[in-house]
Amino acid sequence: MWEYTDKVKEHFLNPKNVGEIENPDGVGDVGSLSCGDALKLTFKLDDQGLIADAKVKTFGCASAIASGSALTEMMIGKTIEEAEKISNQHIADYLGGLPKEKMHCSVMGHEALEKAIACYRGTPIEEKEGSVICECFGVTDLEIIKAIQENRLKTVEEVTNFTKAGGGCERCHGDIAKIILEVQHKPQPEEKQQLTNIQKMRMIEETIEREIRPSLQLDGGDIELIDVVGNRVMVATRGACSACKSAPITLKNLVEAKLREFVTPDLVVEEVSK
Amino acid sequence: MKPIYVDNNATTRVAEEVFTVMQPYFCEEYGNPSSMHSVGGRIGPKLKEARNQVAALLGAHPDEIIFTSCGTESDSTAVHAALAADPGKRHIVTSRVEHPAIGSLVSSLSKQGYRITEIAVDGDGCLDMGALEESLTSDTALVSIMWANNETGVIFPVEEIAQMCRQRGITFHTDAVQAVGKLPINLKDSAIDMLSLSGHKLHAPKGVGALYIRKGTKFSPFMIGGHQEKGRRAGTENVPGIIALGKACELAGQNMSEENTRVRELRDRLETELTKRIPNSKINGTIKQRTPNTSNISFANIEGESILLMLNEFGICASSGSACTSGSLEPSHVMRAMGVPFTMAHGSIRFSLSIYNTKEDVDEIIKQLPPIVERLRELSPFS
Repeated sequence: MWEYTDKVKEHFLNPKNVGEIENPDGVGDVGSLSCGDALKLTFKLDDQGLIADAKVKTFGCASAIASGSALTEMMIGKTIEEAEKISNQHIADYLGGLPKEKMHCSVMGHEALEKAIACYRGTPIEEKEGSVICECFGVTDLEIIKAIQENRLKTVEEVTNFTKAGGGCERCHGDIAKIILEVQHKPQPEEKQQLTNIQKMRMIEETIEREIRPSLQLDGGDIELIDVVGNRVMVATRGACSACKSAPITLKNLVEAKLREFVTPDLVVEEVSK
Repeated sequence: MKPIYVDNNATTRVAEEVFTVMQPYFCEEYGNPSSMHSVGGRIGPKLKEARNQVAALLGAHPDEIIFTSCGTESDSTAVHAALAADPGKRHIVTSRVEHPAIGSLVSSLSKQGYRITEIAVDGDGCLDMGALEESLTSDTALVSIMWANNETGVIFPVEEIAQMCRQRGITFHTDAVQAVGKLPINLKDSAIDMLSLSGHKLHAPKGVGALYIRKGTKFSPFMIGGHQEKGRRAGTENVPGIIALGKACELAGQNMSEENTRVRELRDRLETELTKRIPNSKINGTIKQRTPNTSNISFANIEGESILLMLNEFGICASSGSACTSGSLEPSHVMRAMGVPFTMAHGSIRFSLSIYNTKEDVDEIIKQLPPIVERLRELSPFS
């Protein structure tokens, strides 16, 4: 059984704002019967330009219904510009998190929102431009790339969890893997939000743990994160590394390079004396 | 809230009588039957009794039964034994609607160079017998076809297939996990070479199963490392589990007629009432040839996981062939093989009853489900 949060259960058993608004200002229709989930979002603005009402109809599992319900609650009272900032991760967070296999439900909510806003502005987003990668679920390369960028996806499995692509016959797994590599080697779009210091610190720790420590330990060395001040990352070398002549090169070529790749390109690694 | 458990094709409650007979074999009679002392020595006769009980339910000779850890192990043992017996033959015939214990196994064998033919089923879930017969060649090492389908309960004509295989000298195995205890079986007069069964589907605990191997069938063990089961399945016997399985088989024999009368009537009433009260609902699988406890019903335009979770609020435990419940994204392979439209497959619910279900259970489901379907259809953009 899925481990749904109480919030998901609450929004599933008693979904808010169910229905369809007559003469809406915006409509967003996503998914299909054959895909196993679909969502129709309608909203109306008041004279201040605030979203006065939003309603949703959802076909799908508990997390799809809960995502639709959460989305409407999050939109109401906001301006279009504010509502536009709601991401699929915000929807998942609002629900206290979703099982990873169900993240595509929050993505569907986000897509409906984007479509509804585009509909309101009269600039419908071009339907499914790009080429279909996953034929089972009709997912295009553009949709996959977007999900990879927005959610920092790293594996085919994650892409499937977020977009459904690759969840059927699995023939496209090779293509998805290729797209992931391409996206990872392309510079990230500039609009990346500023990391807070805590976020930065956590990402640095994760990167050290995942990308750096294992290879140092192979040689009997280790590294410890001492502090992060702005973009200066203070580390101390341990074990074999502390006596190693090539430690400064390792710090530059491995540690700094990895941290710049996975956290932010502005980081500078400095060794603190013991 | 006492649950209304109608998910017996997934697993069953251990029968009180079964639990009682197995209990002494944990803290008191914990001996190893291979030991040279009386603590172990007392166990052997008990295993023999259990073997007799299992053989009796199947109409087999006790020597033809080996105990395993589960239905999946029985299936894997059977398939590997058949392939090892005929190493020159590289073709396996099975169906598109097998349990993963066979389905995933043969797809892994296909990567090792075996050629696999998966026989299709029609919209009623019935096997294409013509295609099956045509698929058999001199290169065919094994035909493995389930006796009854776990999702729909549809029964396959395994005896007929076994005869076909025998005429051609091909080994025939059947995964009878969903049939044993529900349908009368007499292997003495049968051409079936191997048959798998699982304890926890017939009120024995999880962790025990059995494989029937007809005398004279070439066999090589899957588990190697000891002399147990006459060298056919190594590993210290799961003594409490085996004793439990024996008792469960004895009980299943006694309850067979109730299963095929009272339980069948409950099932029939459940599906008749539900399809009558709920528009756009349809039974999946032929109603002519089904296990007496299983009903699989599709409700159009809604999704199975949502139905299950709302049923769960009333303590009703069922299962679904929908994509969302399985962790995969596509509806069950059985629904797809039957060509059930996705609109119906996503909303398919399986009710599988047992002798522990009552009329009150069925009445409660008949009362609770129609409003749930109505509610979910109100939420759905398609209706």
